[in-house]
Amino acid sequence: MAKLEILVYPDERLRQVSKLVKAVNNQIVSFISDLEETLSSLPGCVGIAAPQVGRFERIIIVDVSARPQHKNHGHLVLINPVITSNEGNSVGREGCLSVPDYTGKVSRSKYIVVKAQDGFGSDVTYSMEGYEARAVQHEIDHLNGKLFIDSLVGKRNNLKKRTDF
Amino acid sequence: MRNWYMLTLVGKDRPGIVSEVSRILFEAGGNLGEASMSRLGGNFTVMLMLQMEDDKERVVSLLQPICDKLGLLVHVDNIAGGLHHHVEPNFRLSVHGADQAGIVAAVTGSLAELKFNILNLESDVGGSPEKPVYIMHIEGFADCSLASLEKSLQPLIIEKEIVVHLVPIDTMVG
Repeated sequence: MAKLEILVYPDERLRQVSKLVKAVNNQIVSFISDLEETLSSLPGCVGIAAPQVGRFERIIIVDVSARPQHKNHGHLVLINPVITSNEGNSVGREGCLSVPDYTGKVSRSKYIVVKAQDGFGSDVTYSMEGYEARAVQHEIDHLNGKLFIDSLVGKRNNLKKRTDF
Repeated sequence: MRNWYMLTLVGKDRPGIVSEVSRILFEAGGNLGEASMSRLGGNFTVMLMLQMEDDKERVVSLLQPICDKLGLLVHVDNIAGGLHHHVEPNFRLSVHGADQAGIVAAVTGSLAELKFNILNLESDVGGSPEKPVYIMHIEGFADCSLASLEKSLQPLIIEKEIVVHLVPIDTMVG
């Protein structure tokens, strides 16, 4: 196990599109445990994507369980995640390990269905909403070389009631 | 150590204010920090952090000709602090109702009692000139529960006949 170094914007490597994981072999399992150690060393952080530590393969970890006020599926390792359907929209505040000392509002789908393989290579499907769905969308963006600061919505607000901040 | 200044500029809105002011400052070796700029009631208002070697008098004299040309009032203050002093908000309020004197004082008075620190406040008057509507958004930090904030705001919601939406902000960091 090892704590990995986080790439920080404007590091160009964060723009790289990550490759599909072909097989969940020992190397991948070992990397996932390093990624888990890295995530757990960062208080307040609910997700991490492999490219944030310079590994350009489609692997994310999301764990919202420390925030029980939000519906969640606990600790999730998602390999090759794909959002197969989405619905609704909500604006919420996001920050990123790779963009320190800045948070901003981003519009995301409120409900998503995500298909992936888990840390053992088995197919999994999750229907999720709100905060957890936001975290998964944020991490999948990293796999496509996209950061939350590419999707900020203006500071000026409207009257719509928002429940997902 | 370079000095940080807060520039305040106010004048009738027109295209080009930001570009002309920022060009003068850039050419004089200034570095811009955080800023808030907005059109308020037909005026353009600028609050801008500027870092420069020069003293305050030199900053004012640098800006005066362009401010005279653009019809801007300029004010420069030395400030303590600098960048990377962000505080994350944990509550957001949206307030609206028929425009009347005292909405801001009443709402922020209740918030201040709970030591709510306002980090950002924006307000507008919309509706028709005959029936104006006051709309305000506040984001801030308070070390108290949502329920205690709601309880504190409840009497003035009834008294002022205003609508207040109060929501927690839970920033997702990934």
